[in-house]
Amino acid sequence: MKLDSTGYIIGFAAVVCLVASVFVSGSAVALKDKQDENKLLDQQKKVLTVSGLINDDNNSGSNDDEVSDLTPEVVRGFFADGKVSPQLVAMPGFEGSCDSLDVNTYDVRKAAKDPAQSYEPPENEAKVSSVANCSLVYNVTTPEGERVILPIRGPGLWSTLRGYLAVDKADGNTVKGLIFYEHAETPGLGGEVDNSRWRGLWPGRKVYDGDTVSLAVKKGQAGTPAEDPYSVDGLSGATLTSNGVTKAITFWLGPQGFGPFMQSVR
Amino acid sequence: MSAQHGIFGKAQREALIDPLFNNNPIALQVLGVCSALAVTTKLETAVVMSIALTVVLTFSNVIISLMRNFIPPSIRIVVQLTVIASLVIITDQVLKAYVFEVSKQLSVFVGLIITNCIVMGRAEAYAMQNSPGLSALDGIGNGLGYSLVLIVVAFFRELLGSGKLFGLTVLNPITEGGWYNPNGLMVLAPGAFFLIGFFIWGLRAWKPDQIEPEE
Repeated sequence: MKLDSTGYIIGFAAVVCLVASVFVSGSAVALKDKQDENKLLDQQKKVLTVSGLINDDNNSGSNDDEVSDLTPEVVRGFFADGKVSPQLVAMPGFEGSCDSLDVNTYDVRKAAKDPAQSYEPPENEAKVSSVANCSLVYNVTTPEGERVILPIRGPGLWSTLRGYLAVDKADGNTVKGLIFYEHAETPGLGGEVDNSRWRGLWPGRKVYDGDTVSLAVKKGQAGTPAEDPYSVDGLSGATLTSNGVTKAITFWLGPQGFGPFMQSVR
Repeated sequence: MSAQHGIFGKAQREALIDPLFNNNPIALQVLGVCSALAVTTKLETAVVMSIALTVVLTFSNVIISLMRNFIPPSIRIVVQLTVIASLVIITDQVLKAYVFEVSKQLSVFVGLIITNCIVMGRAEAYAMQNSPGLSALDGIGNGLGYSLVLIVVAFFRELLGSGKLFGLTVLNPITEGGWYNPNGLMVLAPGAFFLIGFFIWGLRAWKPDQIEPEE
């Protein structure tokens, strides 16, 4: 067999590619349902965590029994018994109403990608290029009071940061928690957005100073929430990630995001 | 493992055992250090990464070895890379489906197995010349050699850096009312450099023939 003839080389390469692609796409398709289920469950867990209904299951590696017992059934239970109730919010650039949509089956991510169900916001720092007409927020009742959980997203270093910001419903201003459910930041640097100690700096901070969003991640250390309510410590070695978090909050809590909705809450 | 030595010939035994200490991919060849730094802050991620790499390495060695007589020499690297990349993507998909939490922590590093020099290195240096059986053993051996270093490093980093092993508190840290003051250096990448350095030092003190001649 001639291993160096051009025809053989091209043929061999084509066969290798074909076989490899069959395996790769096969595994992707076969495992998709399972992965989607994991993703949804993970998002629901994050909603529960950020609202304080369940304990942190994060890098601190807490060995809380509650967390290890957090089966999909338990998580769904929180959603089923009304402690967590999703709500559709019409975004500022959308004139219609969201009442016709089913809150339980609505897929915000799909809607944001579909031109018929989304719109392009004015140019913004958070590089958000499309906003779903209707967005999904969660109203959560906890023993400490009611929270509203807002989805935010912004530019990270490697990909989009997607997370939730929990705000106290009583004043529509006090942050109760922040969590990211999807990002691809460098572990140990930008990946520290998952660090429970850093996330612990958020509760108690204020979002709005008057009507403008003033909450930002700043370089260096911020004071306690009481004396320095609008800043949070930056992540060292992760300036772009820190800025991305600030931009996400500025956009999503501002007039182009949930600003009007939060005003109605306040 | 000594019971198996009887059924293996010398070549097989060497393929499997050599990469553990005599020819360790990380300690002697100093390959794959990037991921060794990144995923060793905790034992759990280190173990999953080790398994993932060993599986990819073994399968890539076997597949390349099966094809070795048919691969046109001029595109052999491309073919090797295609095989490795496909295996890595499949591994990543499986991890996402079955150990979602861990796969999130490993994030890009599973994908980076593609560029892990150990995998390409073994495909090019070993699987292209040897039978599938031997190549499989070589893959397992090198995977274990890599795993050994990763797990040793992760053991010390998790223990000294956060006072835990597999997420269970062993040394009760001060922050949680205990007595142990966690060593922050161990959580950061430089900590792994020190530990890998100590590992190589210890290994070369035990096996002096690994010391490079002075130039």
